[in-house]
Amino acid sequence: MNSILVAPAIMVGIGLFFGTILAIAQRFLKVDEDPRIEKTNELLPGTNCGACGQPGCLPFAEKLVAGEVEPSQCTVSTADAIEEIAEYLQVDAGSQEKLVARLRCGGGRLQANQIAEYQGFEGCRAAALVSGGGKGCAWGCLGLADCERACTFDAIHMNANGLPQVDTEKCTACPDCQAACPRDLFELVPLSQNLYVQCNIPLAGEAATQLCRVACDACGRCAADASPGLITMEDNLPVIDYSSGGEPRPDAVFRCPTRAIVWLEREQFQDQASRKAGTA
Amino acid sequence: MRAFRFLRRNFEHGVHPAHHKKQTQDLPIQRVPFGRQFIMPLGQHIGVPSRAVVADGEPVERGQLIAEPGGFVSTALHSPVKGIVKKVGDFRGVDGRFAPAVAIEADPFATQEVDPDAAPDWRSLSLEAFIEAVQMAGIVGMGGAAFPSHVKLSVPDGVRIRHLLINGAECEPYLTTDHRLMVERPEALLEGAEILRQKLGAEETVIGIEANKPDAIETISRHLSPDQPVRIVKLKVKYPQGAEKMMIKSVFNTEVPAGRLPRDVEVNVNNVGTVVAIADYFLRGMPLIERVVTVAGPGVTYPANLIVPLGTSVRDVVRFCGGLKPGTREIIMGGPMMGRPVASLDVPVLKGCSGILVFTEEQTARRKEFPCIRCGRCLEACPYFLNPSRLARLSKARMFDEMKAYNVFDCVECGCCTFACPSNIPIVQLIRTAKDDLKNRKESDG
Repeated sequence: MNSILVAPAIMVGIGLFFGTILAIAQRFLKVDEDPRIEKTNELLPGTNCGACGQPGCLPFAEKLVAGEVEPSQCTVSTADAIEEIAEYLQVDAGSQEKLVARLRCGGGRLQANQIAEYQGFEGCRAAALVSGGGKGCAWGCLGLADCERACTFDAIHMNANGLPQVDTEKCTACPDCQAACPRDLFELVPLSQNLYVQCNIPLAGEAATQLCRVACDACGRCAADASPGLITMEDNLPVIDYSSGGEPRPDAVFRCPTRAIVWLEREQFQDQASRKAGTA
Repeated sequence: MRAFRFLRRNFEHGVHPAHHKKQTQDLPIQRVPFGRQFIMPLGQHIGVPSRAVVADGEPVERGQLIAEPGGFVSTALHSPVKGIVKKVGDFRGVDGRFAPAVAIEADPFATQEVDPDAAPDWRSLSLEAFIEAVQMAGIVGMGGAAFPSHVKLSVPDGVRIRHLLINGAECEPYLTTDHRLMVERPEALLEGAEILRQKLGAEETVIGIEANKPDAIETISRHLSPDQPVRIVKLKVKYPQGAEKMMIKSVFNTEVPAGRLPRDVEVNVNNVGTVVAIADYFLRGMPLIERVVTVAGPGVTYPANLIVPLGTSVRDVVRFCGGLKPGTREIIMGGPMMGRPVASLDVPVLKGCSGILVFTEEQTARRKEFPCIRCGRCLEACPYFLNPSRLARLSKARMFDEMKAYNVFDCVECGCCTFACPSNIPIVQLIRTAKDDLKNRKESDG
């Protein structure tokens, strides 16, 4: 017998052996996956941004099919896409309030005092490690665009005043900018909440206003004028409790001596001072 | 090869920055007059911040305990002056952030003396009591890192320390504090070394000094007594010779593996300043309330080596040295390779502050950054055998998790790679940024 045939024969034998095992396994160990999961996954945007609270689009699709979440919890999809998913799965689309990222700081180049000049790698985290950057305020925006680079949806752009401008249309409220900011300044806030505190300084009085012209000096006027329970002072900063039942009014903005509290209809930094910086 | 070991008092890699020590190396140590206000941050050492034990308005004596250790890796703090506690609150620290500190207003009419018998007799103390005494004296590594000394001295059971290594390399350019201490206070250095050696049960004391300090080597040799097992080792002038692991490699030709400590090779390393501080406490009763600081650099009017009470503002120190020259752009606390720029003149001098260096436009102008040309000079410079160029590229791409595979946490941020880079890439800053990102993320996850 030709010994050259021995090797192919063994290989064919092994192949047949494992093939049989695989065939048996296919028959008895089969896992049935709901075909709707794949289809739903295709209808989702596929950005894997994590804004819905799931690790990615596929796990979200699985939960959708299981009925644990509502299609509208995907903040990235358009209204039409959400409707399509709801129709396909025969469920209610649900209503989800649109969240946007808001910056808890209004101290741009024009407002915050500079105590030093930072030269080095252009990045907020890098600057924060070198004596806290050039701004005197140790809690405010560093203005070196770590969030702009982190944003997957092109929703954040630095404005001329050196503050990140969040495009409320494009923002999907994924947490990327929150993770990128070394000062933890981004908050995900419902777009319908107009009254917003644009400051993060835990100091009071002159100590705060020395650092920045739009710092909250913890005077407490906004809290005193608002309906009871709506605004409380915590750690020298006003905290707005939208669930308290009181109606937030734009009056608080006019009572604020430093304009640390603002009334936002859409984007931040639309006031006169910021616009002036834009033209300069 | 063993016969030629004496020729190789050296470690692999490293760089050769110009030393710039001429400005202050022959200036005797002077004492800075006491200022008005002193700020003692509670977290001026590595580890857990201390806990304040004084309240606003309380009178304090010089050397009185004002904060107790907040944990094991933490030390005590003492008042640097006789005066009144003005405020226990948040003050700006060297890192630009506001952190808890004790502000003390000095009594301008006090003699500012320290009770010389405040310390316990070190001979009668057990090792545990001795280590606790070191902690309560607030003694930390004075080379710059401010790592609590008692943690270093606490050796687990079964580990023996055979060699006490005293680090007198002072490889950072400009700094001359350890150099002047060795020249001016060799007795204190040898006393402190003997206390440590006896308490640790080490066989010998080795003092490692870089070859550019011949006067220090000569002075210490003159003060050696034959019954004290002390050996002086002359080291090659090279940066970072003063890094613990590099020095062990140079002196004993032993490598401390990554992630291990000097005690794993039976060595305990202490800085010259730390050893003098130990002698000052146990023999003269003074806890760590002042330190020697080199004020140098082209931007300062009168460079000097100064004894500065801790908590003195950089402003007061610079004013004593005749102020800043016009054109000053940057003040660095520590050495130029590893020190940190200060964002405000009001920040206080800390336990780990070995120098205040003042630079002008000429030294600080940011050079234009070019792309990495893969020349490999950073690899040749890195004393820890890392790949800085790869780490920098990953950091720029924000691929921080991948950097862990390249042992980013073994980096000690010595700055050799940035110094060697011909493309002026801020490699260390990129690595530091990545480490910060990884550490903060770890905290938020856990």
